Amino acid sequence: MAFNYDKYLRLEKMPTLWCWGCGDGVILKAFVRAVDKMKLNQDDVCVVSGIGCSGRFSSYVDFNTVHTTHGRTIAYATGIKLARPDKIVICVAGDGDALAIGGNHTIHGCRRNIDLTMIIINNFIYGLTNSQTSPTTPKGMWTVTQKAGNIDPTFNTCDLAIAAGASFVARESMLDPKKLEKAMIKAIEHKGFSIMEVLSNCHINLGRKNKMVSAMENLEWIDSITIPKKKYDAMSSEERLNLLPTGILKQDLEADEYCEMYAEIQKVHKGERKVITRDDFAKKI
Amino acid sequence: MQTREVISTGNQLAAKAAVDAGCMFFGGYPLTPSSEIMHVLSDSLPDKGGVSIQMEDEIAGICSVIGAAMVGQRALTATSGPGMSLKAEQLGLAQMAEVPLVCVNVMRGGPSTGLPTRVAQGDILQAKNPSHGDYKSITLCAGTLAECYTEVVRAFNIADRFMQPVIVLLDETIGHMHGKADIPTAEDVAAGIVPRKRFDGPAEEYFPYDCEHDEPAVLNPMYEGYRYHFTGLHHDKNGYPTEEIETCRKLIQRLEDKVALHEDEVESYEEFMMDDADIMIIAYGSVSLAAKESIRHLRAEGIKAGLFRPITIWPSPATQIKKHTDKIDKVLVVELNIGQYHGEIQRAAARLDIDGLFKVNGRPISPYEIVTKVKEL
Repeated sequence: MAFNYDKYLRLEKMPTLWCWGCGDGVILKAFVRAVDKMKLNQDDVCVVSGIGCSGRFSSYVDFNTVHTTHGRTIAYATGIKLARPDKIVICVAGDGDALAIGGNHTIHGCRRNIDLTMIIINNFIYGLTNSQTSPTTPKGMWTVTQKAGNIDPTFNTCDLAIAAGASFVARESMLDPKKLEKAMIKAIEHKGFSIMEVLSNCHINLGRKNKMVSAMENLEWIDSITIPKKKYDAMSSEERLNLLPTGILKQDLEADEYCEMYAEIQKVHKGERKVITRDDFAKKI
Repeated sequence: MQTREVISTGNQLAAKAAVDAGCMFFGGYPLTPSSEIMHVLSDSLPDKGGVSIQMEDEIAGICSVIGAAMVGQRALTATSGPGMSLKAEQLGLAQMAEVPLVCVNVMRGGPSTGLPTRVAQGDILQAKNPSHGDYKSITLCAGTLAECYTEVVRAFNIADRFMQPVIVLLDETIGHMHGKADIPTAEDVAAGIVPRKRFDGPAEEYFPYDCEHDEPAVLNPMYEGYRYHFTGLHHDKNGYPTEEIETCRKLIQRLEDKVALHEDEVESYEEFMMDDADIMIIAYGSVSLAAKESIRHLRAEGIKAGLFRPITIWPSPATQIKKHTDKIDKVLVVELNIGQYHGEIQRAAARLDIDGLFKVNGRPISPYEIVTKVKEL
């Protein structure tokens, strides 16, 4: 029997504002199936989004939902999580939201390793606001702010997250929704800060001016730049150029989670234990 | 009411007040001259099972506070002018989504980095409209050490009543002033806490933003079975984004009217030797201490001066101000800026002949300066 999404959607908000053929819908459905497979209670989950096409994600799903200001999902989610560490908080942001205006919160969320899941929908462009350059727009592509061709170097989302200390980092594209669903489950289950980058299409505002007029052409391009991590690892550095590995790129089960560490601080204050010293940390840096 | 005598600073008293008022969350960023508030709360909040977190920047500080408040907690952030500028957009979201929180601003010299360790009252107009758009700010201003405590307590109760951020203005002088203060007992404060309204009916009948034209939203804490949507966009009764013309108009008018039609509930001021005064001095914050001292000197010389001190700065106690300015010819506004509240007094009094004594060099105004100015009127 086909999966029935109705239970998890705000049906009165349908249809979505997303363009025909947009990957955001595929990602939303993969997320809903992941939550359903995990048998999570909708009342126990909070979905926090920012600004951009991805920002609308939170208003379509029937959970506790927060649509924040541009770039601040992690900062709001940090307060929500610390106030109720027993509940699940999932952030959804786009590449501009998470890596440009919200870049500071992204790296500090990774560093803090607080138990949040951050789904970054990377469509390589500012879609909602009509084709401005994002931190992941490939060099040489046309954008409305760089019509002669984009000269800005790109961020590699996952490399950035790994370097900043996220304890779970994965990348998938929306081309394989089943794999995406499985990766999302692992990201949500992981205790600590999880970055789940999802590569997606914006044939309307990236594709049309970059010889990828249809959703299919845009997706074929995404397919051409992604490769499973196992194959990627076996490649030479020359072969890796312009390719992004997919799969789970990092999972550290030993890293100290922030809410758990804060509970230790509370114990110190209650006189239940001595002050925290360097010996309390699994990894000392 | 029973009081207790404490020896403390304004900043420490503000932190103590938050704890006694039931605050369980602090999120902030170090900023002179407000940092001591975070220093105290980093100890006293975990003491009672709460959380104090130093975030990566000022913006993240208030975002985390709004997040905790959405979960139902009383939450505080504290900063100074540069931090207020950075927090402005989030204060706008808290106004729009109707999330209660308290934001203490210990004012220092501005604009920009200004005079980080010196006193000013330059953030008065900023407190009225920190963010873009229409809404009605509520701003309280502590003029004594004891008020650093009582006004923070009051701010938490007002925030929960009106479901919006409340700004408490301290200034560097009062924040760092160290002395004796008589403050209410923690038991009295706890007994005076009016918790947020909540909806207890069935979830399918719950519409958080479906309220009377002058009433705030009823936002149940997150995770308790009432799923709804917070957004900074114009929204309908569920909190879902909408551009429906009448819904948009009603929402913004309600944000104004929920305060404007209930100003009496937040109004607060002090009158000092005003009964027979024929010179009215208007001052607030630490400047009012110098003003009181100057009035004692002036009275000793037979000059009948009195002080009107607004404690709730926004909305201003305009009716009471006009009552006095209609009768008293000589009115002097003394403040540590170039007339930010002076303009509001002119508006309230409907007079353009209000005098001003302004100072913007980072130094307090002395009683002597006020005495001299009054004699020149």
